Amino acid sequence: MAEETTIQLDIFRYHPEKDEQPYFQSYDVPYKEDWVVLDAINWIKDNVDGSLSYRWSCRMGVCGSCGMMVNGEPKLTCAAFLKDYYPKAIRVEPLENFTVERDLVITMDDFMAKLESVKPYIVRDDVDDTSGGEYEQTPAQLAQYKQYSMCINCMLCYSACPVVGHDPEFVGPAALALGHRYNKDSRDQDTGERMEKMMEHEAVWGCTFVGECTEVCPKHVDPAGAIQQAKAAAAQYYFKKLIMPKGAGR
Amino acid sequence: MSKRYHPTQPWNWFLKRPAYVKFMVRELTAVAIGLYLIYLLRVLATVGNGEAAFVELAGAMTGTRARLLHVLALAAALFHSVTWFNLTPKAMPMYRGEQRLADPLVAFGMGYLPWIVVTILIFWGVCA
Amino acid sequence: MAEPLVHDVLIVGGGGAGLRAAIAIAQQDAKLSVAMVSKVYPMRSHTVAAEGGAAAVIKPNDSLEDHIYDTISGSDWLADQDAVDLFVHEAPAEMIQLEHWGCPWSRDPDGSVAVRPFGGMKNERTWFAADKTGFHMLHSLFQTTLKYNNITRYDEHFATRLLVDDGRCCGCTAIELRTGQVRTVLGKSVIICTGGAGKVFPFTTNGAIKTGDGMAMAYHAGVGLKDMEFVQYHPTGLPGTGILITEASRGEGGILVNKHGDRYLRDYDLGEPLDVTDPKHPQNRTMELGPRDKLSQCFIYEMQKGNTIETRYGHTVSLDLRHLGEEKIDKKIPFVRELATNYAGVDPVHELIPVRPVLHYMMGGIDTDVEGATSIAGLFAAGECACVSLNGANRLGSNSLTELLVFGARAGKGAAQFALEHDQINIAALEAQAKDEQQRISRDYINKSGGTQRIVGIRNAMHETMETNAGIFREETSLKLACDTLSELGERFQDVALDDHTLSFNTELTAALELGYMLDVAQTLVHAALARCESRGSHQRTDYAHRDDEKFLKHSLAYFEPGSPSVPRIDYKPVTITKWPPAKRTYGADSGFKAKAEPEKTK
Repeated sequence: MAEETTIQLDIFRYHPEKDEQPYFQSYDVPYKEDWVVLDAINWIKDNVDGSLSYRWSCRMGVCGSCGMMVNGEPKLTCAAFLKDYYPKAIRVEPLENFTVERDLVITMDDFMAKLESVKPYIVRDDVDDTSGGEYEQTPAQLAQYKQYSMCINCMLCYSACPVVGHDPEFVGPAALALGHRYNKDSRDQDTGERMEKMMEHEAVWGCTFVGECTEVCPKHVDPAGAIQQAKAAAAQYYFKKLIMPKGAGR
Repeated sequence: MSKRYHPTQPWNWFLKRPAYVKFMVRELTAVAIGLYLIYLLRVLATVGNGEAAFVELAGAMTGTRARLLHVLALAAALFHSVTWFNLTPKAMPMYRGEQRLADPLVAFGMGYLPWIVVTILIFWGVCA
Repeated sequence: MAEPLVHDVLIVGGGGAGLRAAIAIAQQDAKLSVAMVSKVYPMRSHTVAAEGGAAAVIKPNDSLEDHIYDTISGSDWLADQDAVDLFVHEAPAEMIQLEHWGCPWSRDPDGSVAVRPFGGMKNERTWFAADKTGFHMLHSLFQTTLKYNNITRYDEHFATRLLVDDGRCCGCTAIELRTGQVRTVLGKSVIICTGGAGKVFPFTTNGAIKTGDGMAMAYHAGVGLKDMEFVQYHPTGLPGTGILITEASRGEGGILVNKHGDRYLRDYDLGEPLDVTDPKHPQNRTMELGPRDKLSQCFIYEMQKGNTIETRYGHTVSLDLRHLGEEKIDKKIPFVRELATNYAGVDPVHELIPVRPVLHYMMGGIDTDVEGATSIAGLFAAGECACVSLNGANRLGSNSLTELLVFGARAGKGAAQFALEHDQINIAALEAQAKDEQQRISRDYINKSGGTQRIVGIRNAMHETMETNAGIFREETSLKLACDTLSELGERFQDVALDDHTLSFNTELTAALELGYMLDVAQTLVHAALARCESRGSHQRTDYAHRDDEKFLKHSLAYFEPGSPSVPRIDYKPVTITKWPPAKRTYGADSGFKAKAEPEKTK
């Protein structure tokens, strides 16, 4: 039987019922060339320490559950391959800039509220009337917002954004990109309510275009770009409203 | 209701990643440019005070310290402009039908090309 | 125990079906309060991983009758024809509604929605959003629910038991993961939308959360689980991980070849292959666009003949997409390229993708009628966890995403109506049951000392027996072995021990509860499979190799027997045949249009 090589994982632990401060726990995990960090964490929970808590589901980079800091970088642990770190140890921590519930589980309540705050749905009077068939939308119109609709809500961008770290009220990259996605959808007929939300002080204007959100986004949504475009749109809307108070919407 | 762990952002957060350092430098170049503008205004102000005042100011600018400050100011302005132009396509995407034009192309067309043209015109205007 | 959370309708499960049901209720009456209990945030529901598309008749070259026939023949005649009929009729409006709600369907140049060919379908009717259809559908539905202020979500609340009082279901107990508290969530009606149970098998496309929770809860409450023996193997999963490579890759023209480079499907009555450069390739209902059960079975035959490629993750064949070209791949199936590159180390533009059949979907589930109602008053179910039956013995690709909408909406409306008509619930009686459940969890898991079994040991043993004995081809001896092994595992499960006895976010507790659910589901599956002595659709018996309409044109029902908790009682109920009498199931060029409906054509 061949000697199995191992790799060390140093994992952030914190239990609200037991710990005053978090600490790190080291585990030696079998090293397999095509394993991802998530596989290693699952192995630990199954075989060594069932008390390790974390979120995961699809393991294919589409559900957004398994975001964690891996050696200080926000990553989907289902897409971070052990072979890219081996033989060095891997440090796993909960996503930065979030309150920690337990171990690698962060509190998502604020994030969910921020998503909701940008009115992320089609606003249109006849939206529930299917008698006319589908709304027409050309491939070129779809291309205007398609990229911004790809967000899996993994929150890596919130970890990468220093504004979020500094100011928890900042609406943040994913939520603002989502608002922009609806503003750019040709089918939407919102007359300004969403724009008003996007124009708030803690919304688009909180962003200073650091751009790290776009760098870490696993789905290439480019939230930084979306926010700058939203700023331009917001400025346009603001001046239109000054000139024509009633007719500014879209 | 269970308690939670609330991490805080350290004061030296910007040292954590090279990208953050680059960001801070980029933002500080605005300060550098602002200071240089004040200096430039001072230079312009002397124009109204006659040729002697201007010659005196020009003489002060030939010192090592002045040259160094000017080189730094130029570096800051260049860094500021390059980072700005490179980010422009993200803020102003351009489409031909379904295809989004590549960022470098837009950066060139909206930023570098006008910059080069204006620079040539200024030099030509000054030297002619 | 904390105060009960009382609403008008309770939905357990926040995926496509659950979200669609919630919207249906919220729209029906703004005064109805809807509670949505889900063990994960809705965006994490496994609907998100579906790729290829959702079927609905929309183009002029298509007809409702064709979609109905494709579905019924695809089901090997086990589908209830009234269910298929209304599904096909309601599908287009549901899909248009989702489009209105923002789903970014891929479009034709004229701005109308685009459709692509899919397995077992005579005409192109699969709507798609590149190859992340499930993702876009889920997010569109979730974001739309944010419009309604009468929907209250209880995210990360893990349901453990249905509360049934006086023959009527009025709620469930759920562990609030954050605190570990057992909450009582009550409703005048309840809809289960908890999805399938692919994690019963070791090699599956399914994510961690697909553990059959709602199926098991309904089973324990006395509802029959219907057609549990029918599980679908998707023909093209990546070896090792089991990650799904969508059928759309074949819909766009991808081909399957064995180790000799042969398009081996030609040997198995799936028609004649056209050359990939032929403008008519791929031909519908032919070759690579045959139905999933047959394609998965062909893989086994090829393996037996020695024509498959041996890899360290078992045998594979190859999916060849190279002739599609980079532009088409990046436009129509970009996610396939990303997945193959990241998880198989191949770029499909230039290389073959190794694939093998992988467990993907459960046709069976909670027995419901076409309104989504179960045998318990006030209890409804929709989506993969339910069995109407729309899909019979084998599901056609792209029918299940549409099923979420059609039956999610139906169950929602049914549950809303029931809630309006049955206003009173006996809170005291329900709270007493909930207290009981809280004590059970405390006694059997949190505060239990001793116990010698680790969760992973039981789970691995379950996986081993399901894979070996209840896979694509089954026979009596191995099924009996599976039944016995699962009984033994049921015993071992009583002796399970946790490392984690705390309350906050205890995911070892939920893993143990999920294992319990999976054992229940697995037991119904193998017992139903043992009892079905025929081969039909995805249930293939080497000892009963033919379809037997005389004895088995009926649905199996598995009932929980308190006296023998690991051995369900198997019963049967008839299939509803309306206008399409059972016929031979054929694929290939002139397939499947011999048997037609009797009265006038519907379109």
